[in-house]
Amino acid sequence: MTFRKYLVLAGVTVFAAAGDSMLSHGMKQAGNISLSHLQGVILALLNPWVAVGILLLLAFFASYMNALSWADLTYVLPATSLGYVLLALVAKFVLHEQVSPLRWLGIALISGGVGFVAGGPALTSDDSKSGLLAKNARNGAPSAEDVPAVSSGVRR
Amino acid sequence: MKHAYTWGGILVVVFASVVGDVLLARAMKQVGDVHDLWRRAGLWSVVSRTLRNANFFLGVTAMAVAFFSLLFALSWGDVSLVAPAAASLTFIGNAFAAKIFLHEKVDQRRWLAALLVAAGVALLAG
Repeated sequence: MTFRKYLVLAGVTVFAAAGDSMLSHGMKQAGNISLSHLQGVILALLNPWVAVGILLLLAFFASYMNALSWADLTYVLPATSLGYVLLALVAKFVLHEQVSPLRWLGIALISGGVGFVAGGPALTSDDSKSGLLAKNARNGAPSAEDVPAVSSGVRR
Repeated sequence: MKHAYTWGGILVVVFASVVGDVLLARAMKQVGDVHDLWRRAGLWSVVSRTLRNANFFLGVTAMAVAFFSLLFALSWGDVSLVAPAAASLTFIGNAFAAKIFLHEKVDQRRWLAALLVAAGVALLAG
């Protein structure tokens, strides 16, 4: 893991959190959408909060694709879930909202999960070359867990 | 009836997200490490290789389905139920799907991480 890769993971985290909260805010202003009134979707897209939220989610998407190119899905997802913690901390210290003990417990659980996955390797699958071949080779190979994450760049 | 709509919406969001995540992860593994590729062949090569990947387009389609079903589900149910339920279940679904379809080595550490994060996300809505 290089500094640049941590930066990409941070980008995934922050863009997702900011984009989601803007979308949520905008959709509350835009009102209900129903199957019988599909024009509501178009109206929602014209809301500036929804529009900026979508732009941020595009930035999230680019960093997410970047991360998935060098790390497992089951690594990237927990590692970037700190965004939920970020949202709760913003609610507490910027918006001065009440954060209940249950939510603090949620924050602790997510942080614990992030810690668990961050301690392990970033890449365990190597289907990039040939799916079946890599899979068969791995079945008899020593545990991929012993391979440090950095080696993923060297192997190519 | 509203309740059924909400949970039906949540399940559609979860299914489409998991399908999308798996396809996008597979696509990007086929493209290869974009940092290496960028250094060797430039940004254009990264973009064109990604856009020419079929899994990428299928994944984006699934994500679009997930996105619009989330918009619908959010308008039917409370954001405090829909968002965490969909996110939480997607974490669990992805751990299964990554193990089965992407051959990722989902060991105890990864399961624990997925479960802790799913539980934490569910609690944050409380």
